Amino acid sequence: MGVMSEPAERGRFGEFGGRFVPESLIPACQEVEAAFRDAWADDRFRAELDELLTVYAGRPTPVTPARRLSAELGLTLLLKREDLAHTGSHKINNVLGQALLARRMGKRRLLAETGAGQHGVAAATAAALLGLECVVFMGERDIERQAPNVRRMRMLGATVVPVGSGSRTLKDATNEAMRRWVADTAEAYYCIGSVMGPHPYPWMVREFQRVIGEEARGQVDRVPDVVVACVGGGSNAAGTFAGFADTGARLVGVEAAGGAAMTGGSPGVLHGHRSMVLQDAHGQIAEASSVAAGLDYPGIGPEHAHLGATGRATYATAGDDEVIEAVHRLARTEGIIPALESAHALAWIVRNASDLAGLTVLMTLSGRGDKDMEMFQ
Amino acid sequence: MIFADDNAKKLVPYVTGGVTEDWADCLRAYRDNGADAIEIGLPFSDPMLDGPTIQEASDRALARGTTVDGILAEVRALRAEVPLIVMTYANLALRPGFAGRLAEAGISGLIVPDAPLDEVAPIRDAANAAGLDLIPLVAPSTRPDRLRDIAAGAQGFVYAVSVLGTTGERDRLDAAAGPLATAVRTLTALPVLIGFGVSAPEHAAAAVRDADGVVVASALMRRLLDGASPAELGTQIARFREAI
Repeated sequence: MGVMSEPAERGRFGEFGGRFVPESLIPACQEVEAAFRDAWADDRFRAELDELLTVYAGRPTPVTPARRLSAELGLTLLLKREDLAHTGSHKINNVLGQALLARRMGKRRLLAETGAGQHGVAAATAAALLGLECVVFMGERDIERQAPNVRRMRMLGATVVPVGSGSRTLKDATNEAMRRWVADTAEAYYCIGSVMGPHPYPWMVREFQRVIGEEARGQVDRVPDVVVACVGGGSNAAGTFAGFADTGARLVGVEAAGGAAMTGGSPGVLHGHRSMVLQDAHGQIAEASSVAAGLDYPGIGPEHAHLGATGRATYATAGDDEVIEAVHRLARTEGIIPALESAHALAWIVRNASDLAGLTVLMTLSGRGDKDMEMFQ
Repeated sequence: MIFADDNAKKLVPYVTGGVTEDWADCLRAYRDNGADAIEIGLPFSDPMLDGPTIQEASDRALARGTTVDGILAEVRALRAEVPLIVMTYANLALRPGFAGRLAEAGISGLIVPDAPLDEVAPIRDAANAAGLDLIPLVAPSTRPDRLRDIAAGAQGFVYAVSVLGTTGERDRLDAAAGPLATAVRTLTALPVLIGFGVSAPEHAAAAVRDADGVVVASALMRRLLDGASPAELGTQIARFREAI
């Protein structure tokens, strides 16, 4: 298997991936895989998605040189501006692809889980655009933290289902969405928001996010020395890395310090795939914690676990305080307020600026910070 | 082999390990009231196939500080005198030495609902090496060729999930249950038990028209969570026994 190509048999990225779901969901997963393979090989499907990405989502998003911050840090920082995509984050790329697929499969309803709300808003948006119902599962704690996005989802016609089990965050919303899918596979399509879940989701979501990396590759004069992206499940990072995996660029994923599955976890099975997860000595999944609801997740996509295991990408962490500082710094130097999630990547660059001196660093700014404003009051 | 090789209808009640202080008394109460085997759930933090009742039972057990080792220690001390089957999720079942620890505690079978046919080999190999049967699940959505493959590799019995959905009490037995059990019975000589939504003795009676037995879980755990004693659950099991 080449780096970031199709997964091996049974959806494997090395020893990670797979399809760890109840027997009742196997036909649904097989149906999604068959539909995706068929659609992805169909020029009309690709053309329709490309058109939506252009005329609706606002692609291509620019690469913005961060001139003032670059001067301060002593490096060349380029920002891939997914915050400028419709709905305010990279999530729309994946969701438009999956919503088109759901419609092609004859499904009436999208099920989605959301942490920060960005995937939920994107799913509600795509559902409205294509005339599908949308049900979004969201932890009660995240509903409190991300109220503006909850209002947005409801305004777009989605039903937001509060999840009160466990840590009341993304992990538990994902469990609940999967349990609902088990009972509703005939009419519902499960629209997973990151490069995780049972095969084919990690692969499919990465392919829908590949547009970030491929666009960026065409927008830079030469291949950057370092490519950096934040990682929760890891979809913006996977999409970005896919555009540079065959180059000499150093690839760096930055997790939340309180949700660092790669650096603090061990191999395990969660949410339908085998990957690195945070767990206790008994195998119970640990609760992650981060100021960024979107990174408050104890797992990571299986392809990242593979990229980490093979050394093609490295993974690091950023803590809440330096992340908040990074948000302020980008706001004041460049006039851009990033999402707390994206600011993890920036915090890592700031902390490592002396090691990166003179280098060109491309960072994916995965989303904008409007949703987080209450955190700064 | 979990069950005696006879034509009697099988009754398998469930209890979540560690759900209450006296949970192990449920095993005795089930045994004394006609259980043919007992399913013990090892609680997992993220149970993909469980509805609200079993989730609540698992959360309560974990909140009490329950661990797999603690549950197995109680089981080992108990000498249950009926076959014991463990149900838990892949993240626990794939841990090194897991099957061996079950066998040492006297467990004879294992059910892992999120390890389907394609992923099951390492768990089945470890279970078999320890002398445990790995019991597969089939669902109403399972296609015929896959049903054949699952039945061919089955051990102990085949667990026929009656509904497309999670565990939980239901008003009536799903219409899909009977045809599924009938289909599987043509494919294997092992017993076929219906589970999920077997909530009342009359559901069990209906199920065993097509199947070799039933698994009863949420209906018992709901009563336990609402404060019923192990003895009262035993009385409930006696009613199920009588119905089948």
